[in-house]
Amino acid sequence: MTTDIKAPDQAPTAEQPPSRTTARAPKRRSWTGLWFVLPFTAVYAVFLLWPMVLGLYYSFTDKSLTGRPVSWIGLANWAEAFADEKAWDSLWNTAWFTILSTPPLVILGLVFALLAHRARKMGWFLRLSFFAPFVIPVSVVTMIWVWMYQPDGGLINHYLAEWGLGGDRLWIFQEDAMGSVVITTVWWTMGFNFLLYLAALQTIPPEVYEAADIDGANWLQKLWSITLPLLRRTTVLVIVLQMIASLRIFDQYYLMAGGGMNLSPENVFIQYMYNSGFVGFRVGYASALSYILFVFILLIAFVQLRLLSRKED
Amino acid sequence: MMNNPSPPGVLPRRTLLAGSAALAGLGLAGCGAASEAFGGKTTVKQWNLLAGSDGAVMTAMHEEFTAETGIDLQATTFAWGTPFYTKLVMGASGGNAADVATAHLSRLESLSPWTLMEPYGLDEIAEFGLKPEDFPADVWEKCFSHDELYALPLDTHALINFYNRTVCEQAGVLNPDRTLLETHGVEEYFDLLRAVKEVTGEYGTSLDTNAGWRQFWAWYRQQDGEWIFHEDGYELDDDKALAAIDVMYRMADEGLCPRIADGAQCAANFENGSGGLVQVGNWEVTRFRAFNEAQGLDFSATEMPDFFGNRRTQGDSHSFVLPRHNTWSAESRAATIQYAAWMIKHSLEWGAGGGHTPAYLPVTQSQEYQELEPNAEYSGVVDNVQFDPAVWFSGSAARLANEVSLVLAGVYGGRTTPEQALEDIKGRTQTLVELPNPID
Repeated sequence: MTTDIKAPDQAPTAEQPPSRTTARAPKRRSWTGLWFVLPFTAVYAVFLLWPMVLGLYYSFTDKSLTGRPVSWIGLANWAEAFADEKAWDSLWNTAWFTILSTPPLVILGLVFALLAHRARKMGWFLRLSFFAPFVIPVSVVTMIWVWMYQPDGGLINHYLAEWGLGGDRLWIFQEDAMGSVVITTVWWTMGFNFLLYLAALQTIPPEVYEAADIDGANWLQKLWSITLPLLRRTTVLVIVLQMIASLRIFDQYYLMAGGGMNLSPENVFIQYMYNSGFVGFRVGYASALSYILFVFILLIAFVQLRLLSRKED
Repeated sequence: MMNNPSPPGVLPRRTLLAGSAALAGLGLAGCGAASEAFGGKTTVKQWNLLAGSDGAVMTAMHEEFTAETGIDLQATTFAWGTPFYTKLVMGASGGNAADVATAHLSRLESLSPWTLMEPYGLDEIAEFGLKPEDFPADVWEKCFSHDELYALPLDTHALINFYNRTVCEQAGVLNPDRTLLETHGVEEYFDLLRAVKEVTGEYGTSLDTNAGWRQFWAWYRQQDGEWIFHEDGYELDDDKALAAIDVMYRMADEGLCPRIADGAQCAANFENGSGGLVQVGNWEVTRFRAFNEAQGLDFSATEMPDFFGNRRTQGDSHSFVLPRHNTWSAESRAATIQYAAWMIKHSLEWGAGGGHTPAYLPVTQSQEYQELEPNAEYSGVVDNVQFDPAVWFSGSAARLANEVSLVLAGVYGGRTTPEQALEDIKGRTQTLVELPNPID
């Protein structure tokens, strides 16, 4: 046995055209591969890595959008950011949006996926209905919802009043903005989580359910003991992706409640960055803020992944 | 002007389709350079913020300009306010913005003209027939920064007082010649609003409660209130500010105006007769005319009511600025200035269609202009218009106006008392003052 194993091992190294196949082949492969990823790498480097480096540099300067000379100011921007109450308020608003929006987005995504998966006849229709909002551009979504949210004459208040449920809420205007944006966001982006869950449901082998049927399990037991445990991996993914997406809230909030439009007194964090950098011209300060958010998201994603994947084991 | 200008009154499906087609066409706009190279036609790229109903007037003028001069004009309209100015500053900072852009004169300083804009030469504009003495001196003065001419003024515009003649007649608040009764003081005007409210059953006047800054500044300035800014602080007359805010509070509290109405809603309230009057920018005239043609609306307009002894009103001036270019051919620059000069000289159309008062004196002094209706009825507005305070975060749609409007929306809404609002405004202003000035 031992000789058998040794012989082929030694052969190439000793006498054969030394390691032509073993050593050179992988090298050639890696060079060819590089050519394939080069276009992406170039774009990634120019539009992501380089701006990140540049942003970090700007955060130590008083770089202004007006193009006046830049000077190095050390940690002044960072010190200002950590002491800036409004920045912390807006970071809290972003966190609050995440807390409010993540559970419904994950749970409803799952519920609707279960529903569409069970449906025998109208499955295609349900899949389309639940996913369709996700493909609508944010500008259109917000425009439609702003119309519906109009306090005076809007669809929602109109029907609330008709059914005797009040109808005098301000919705996106002023203090009510956050909840309204959460509702819109759930309607708009739930379809993505729905799709992930639906795909995962379809990978569960039917034999497992058949076996459970034979054992006399009811649908609740099957859901609790088969479906959910087998979806755990997807749930981890959905929650992590969803929290990262929610922490980056800007578009719909800005379009519905910010931008001098509907005058919500609250800002979300990226909006605060936008105001500092693009409205207030302080690119240096905005860069420092954006790095704070970056680290914040990184930490949360890391902790979350550790917690959730440990549970899985 | 305008927080959030109202969209043109009626949006028929055909307009919507045309709009979508135009949007699709935008994708082809990149071909402009190629058509210039092959067609031998000079192209001028223009950016504007005229998303309100006066945008249509400008588009019509652009077509005439191209027909007359053969210069191809590519105009792009951005969302009014912050989105537009952000785009302008970013484009200019990269040196790749449009050739010419509209800007409010009150915003000129905040655009950091000496780093982001290109100055006009006086001899250069003279070539196209524009002379300094053709413009009102105070407006002309605002076009300069660091002793260079950075803007060419197109108009002045302001909040005026539109009134529905049918409603006001029933309320008995019209003169025999069917113009609105002149009132003096807040109480007299409130009485007039009460009479109108009796008729409409809803409001006396409709206001843009999201743009409280404009009303505040008008009524504060009627009391000779000043708002002066220093390096680390500011001077605001608390009593006068409180008096101005109190007018809003009481008006909304008594139901003489809506508690909440954005730009579009405020104009709609006037059109559908929920309010018999509306204090809104003169540009809404385009929209009201369209409504009159579609469904009938007998209206006219006069100056801002006299609350505190005069008829001062908040306003601004649209102008043309030249964003900084990395490279710019002499030919293209000349065509750009020709465009600005053409628009200014043809601003009769701008005044007639958009309700603005042209800045070009030969136009405003012409017989033709002085006979325009309803412009003639509020012609005094030019002398009463009050520009926003001079500080880098002030001006149309700038942060001061936005922050103050935000607080005042709470006053109209009845959730904030005038005293609380004043405190809040002062706190927010202090925060703005303490920001490092990125302009100088």
